[in-house]
Amino acid sequence: MINTEELLPEVREVERIIVRFAGDSGDGMQLTGDRFTSASALFGNDLATLPEFPAEIRAPAGTLAGVSAFQVHISDHDITTPGDAPNVLVTMNPAAMMAELPRLESGGTIIVNTDAFNERNLAKAGYRSNPLEDGSLDGYAVITAPMTDLTKQVCKDLGVKPRDAERSKNFFALGLVSWLFSRPTDPSLHWIREKFAGRDTVIAANEAAFKAGHAFGETAELSASRLAVRPARFDPGTYTNINGNTALSWGLIAASQKAGIPIFLGSYPITPASDILHELAKHKNFGVRTLQAEDEIAAIGAALGASYGGHLGITTTSGPGLALKGETLGLAVSLELPLVVIDIQRGGPSTGLPTKTEAADLMMAHYGRHGEAPLPIVSANSPSDCFCAAFEAVRIALRYRTPVILLSDGYLANGTEPWRLPAANDLPDIPVDFASSANALNEDGEEVFWPYVRNDDLARPWAVPGTANLMHRIGGIEKEDGTGNISYDPQNHGRMVAIRDQRIRKVADSYPPTVVEGDTDADLVVVSWGSTWGAITSAVGRMRRAGDKVARVHLTNLYPLPNDLGDILRQFDKVIVPEMNLGQLSKILRAEYLVDAKSISKVEGQPFTAAELHQQFREMTQ
Amino acid sequence: MSDSAVTTKKDWTSDQEVRWCPGCGDYSILTAMQLLMPELGTRREDTVFVSGIGCAARFPYYMNTYGLHAIHGRSPAIATGLAMARRDLDVWVVGGDGDMLSIGGNHLIHALRRNVNLTILLFNNQIYGLTKGQYSPTSEVGKVTKSTPMGSLDTPFNPISVALGAEASFVARTHDMDRAHMQEVFGRAHNHRGAAIVEVYQNCNVFNDGAFAALTKKDARAEMLIPLQHGEPVRFGPQAERGVILDDGVARIVSVDDVGVDALHVHDETAEDLSVAFALSRLADDRHSPTPIGVYCAVDRLEYGGGIDAQIAAAQADRGPGDLDALLHSLPTWEVN
Repeated sequence: MINTEELLPEVREVERIIVRFAGDSGDGMQLTGDRFTSASALFGNDLATLPEFPAEIRAPAGTLAGVSAFQVHISDHDITTPGDAPNVLVTMNPAAMMAELPRLESGGTIIVNTDAFNERNLAKAGYRSNPLEDGSLDGYAVITAPMTDLTKQVCKDLGVKPRDAERSKNFFALGLVSWLFSRPTDPSLHWIREKFAGRDTVIAANEAAFKAGHAFGETAELSASRLAVRPARFDPGTYTNINGNTALSWGLIAASQKAGIPIFLGSYPITPASDILHELAKHKNFGVRTLQAEDEIAAIGAALGASYGGHLGITTTSGPGLALKGETLGLAVSLELPLVVIDIQRGGPSTGLPTKTEAADLMMAHYGRHGEAPLPIVSANSPSDCFCAAFEAVRIALRYRTPVILLSDGYLANGTEPWRLPAANDLPDIPVDFASSANALNEDGEEVFWPYVRNDDLARPWAVPGTANLMHRIGGIEKEDGTGNISYDPQNHGRMVAIRDQRIRKVADSYPPTVVEGDTDADLVVVSWGSTWGAITSAVGRMRRAGDKVARVHLTNLYPLPNDLGDILRQFDKVIVPEMNLGQLSKILRAEYLVDAKSISKVEGQPFTAAELHQQFREMTQ
Repeated sequence: MSDSAVTTKKDWTSDQEVRWCPGCGDYSILTAMQLLMPELGTRREDTVFVSGIGCAARFPYYMNTYGLHAIHGRSPAIATGLAMARRDLDVWVVGGDGDMLSIGGNHLIHALRRNVNLTILLFNNQIYGLTKGQYSPTSEVGKVTKSTPMGSLDTPFNPISVALGAEASFVARTHDMDRAHMQEVFGRAHNHRGAAIVEVYQNCNVFNDGAFAALTKKDARAEMLIPLQHGEPVRFGPQAERGVILDDGVARIVSVDDVGVDALHVHDETAEDLSVAFALSRLADDRHSPTPIGVYCAVDRLEYGGGIDAQIAAAQADRGPGDLDALLHSLPTWEVN
């Protein structure tokens, strides 16, 4: 832990700072941002991050299409978003300057690798003249450093070839930024040694570049720009900095441990969900089985087959994959078996914006199957909440023997925040009871097993192969209530449709009461789901600090909706629903409760900022 | 009760009324299976039949075992998950040529190449029966059906060639007119570790009657079916007067008198190079030429689920069984007091 009392006197303290690292895809900006974040997390700041990378495998170097950026918001108090306009922009080349400068706050700080601002790169970025020389950056605080040259120089004596040395220039940037924001250096140096263990020249080059960047800050008289953000006040506990996909993977493992049945993951690689497959594949010692299937359909099929066999069947995907899984989801609804389907939403339709975020799959999750095929839908609201959402999805799937769709998105998947780690012992058990005996009498009075006899939750028994005397046949054809035999009887079908509807509605009986935050006597309530949680939290906070009354309700369970939600919404004159789609939840709320829910939409591949929401909320209250 | 390994055909027969068209070849396949099961000495509760959609896919309802009648084409994928999760089970997959080679072709080839421990029975009747008579991916070129009134243009798949091309470790063919042969081949397929596929020539007497009659009628078999027997020269005919040679990698039918017995190809079902098995599968390119039946290949290769279990065991030996608290603390952490 760093002693903050040792901060140098010339360091100016601020409550929070938003830094955006931008460069070419090959410049290592994600890594730089990630290291800066880690150092800040270990320092004790609260933080939130937003990585943004191009979808191209590798766009031509130096072009706008190849710009990769990483935004981090660090603070000495509780924050919930990666911030709106950055205060500091690190630009490694002209394309990054061209693409990212419009985001920077007016009067903000720009840190520039001047070596990249040559005629060729300027032309590629679309500059007619050099912005470093033509006065177009007047009004910003510009810190220039020939990062490439200085890195090459310090690497020369280490026997590193200039071409290889150039690759270390992002560590120069990291060193400089670390100095500017008074970040501790040990975590980064330690990380370099660990990450590149066994490759001594790489370690030497990266360390030298990092130290050179740090020293550059000290010697170039940049003290006036030096800032510090004190550690935030957190509740006592052990913290880690976590992204959504990792938290989600751990939530699945935790739920599997608490249920006492192993995970089977069927998955087909797709951005931005693949990291869950990667993470789970690392943890085979938990008995996790992963299958990289031949396609999305096989992925869910194999997961369903494993569920039929008594394992915790899971499949992970993004929107296009969920579309492909629709038919098997219908089968899972009909078979009434547990299954967890995870959709890390991205920009659509079709290939859309694979690396950008969106939350427009809600209607598909609700209705994207033929026939009346209801299933529970759970959503995550922040990177660390992905852990809880995964746990909740498994709980519902196992208790109610149903497929469950869990909605996360690209922003949560890759964004990070500090997370106070739960203790394994504090997590609730998830009871699993496999059927073991007959449950009915046939016409001859003999004890028999019927697969569609139901318990109080209207869930049918989970009778797994290998269990003596419970042999039975089930399938996608309509089944007779009780016996599970094939039935084409019209009344039976009507009854089964109604039971499938009722049994999923009953899931809502297991929710805790819905929480209304903010001013419960306000006229306005903001209703939301998913990753808008952070920006709305921030915007609602600004409203209330300014004396404007507002209440907010954030939903985790999107189907069935909470039993108390209708009464809550009817207490307010105005209901507004910000969503990264054209108003999908607001349509559902209007249909379900006949309330005049108004939609605030943003479908641009990027999350809402707190500022834009604040402004819209204000307009709606006036 | 069901725990006893001594069972009869009746034990393996479910209480469901069989609903195939009278005269369908599926009946004799079902009977062969119900007769075989007691011989295998396995338990009903450890046996699962998984199917997709189609006439053949109704099969699980008639076996008194666990049964999963899924969706069109997906049975190899669903069975893959089941067999990976539960290596203690006998997982059978049953489907037709449309189910397995058209809509489910992708799943079939990947289940085969992975060598998942499945016994796959492909009932090939060269027609779509359940949807009432459209041509299938194994129908001959020029097939006139409701959907191809001027004759089909598509070159058909040869299921044995497809399976061998997909790196299957056990490939065999039998037909619905010879119960003893079916039982023998099904039993061998069941005992194979890994993915086993058996193509069953099956007659659809309503929409494609007699498709294989030229091969499988009792009085035609000696002339038209080439029995493959491991370690034996490949020969056939009423007097075993014809045989198969390999001519520069291509299988050809010859008169034994012309070439001599020593020149005949000796069948080696364990050959890891599947090219000879493939050559044998190319002998018949229509339904009126002598066709090999029996086991084309039976190769010992890593079974997929076993490979996964070995990785799990290795991970646990290396790192110990999963410790949730340790996992949660596996990234850099910091304390707040």
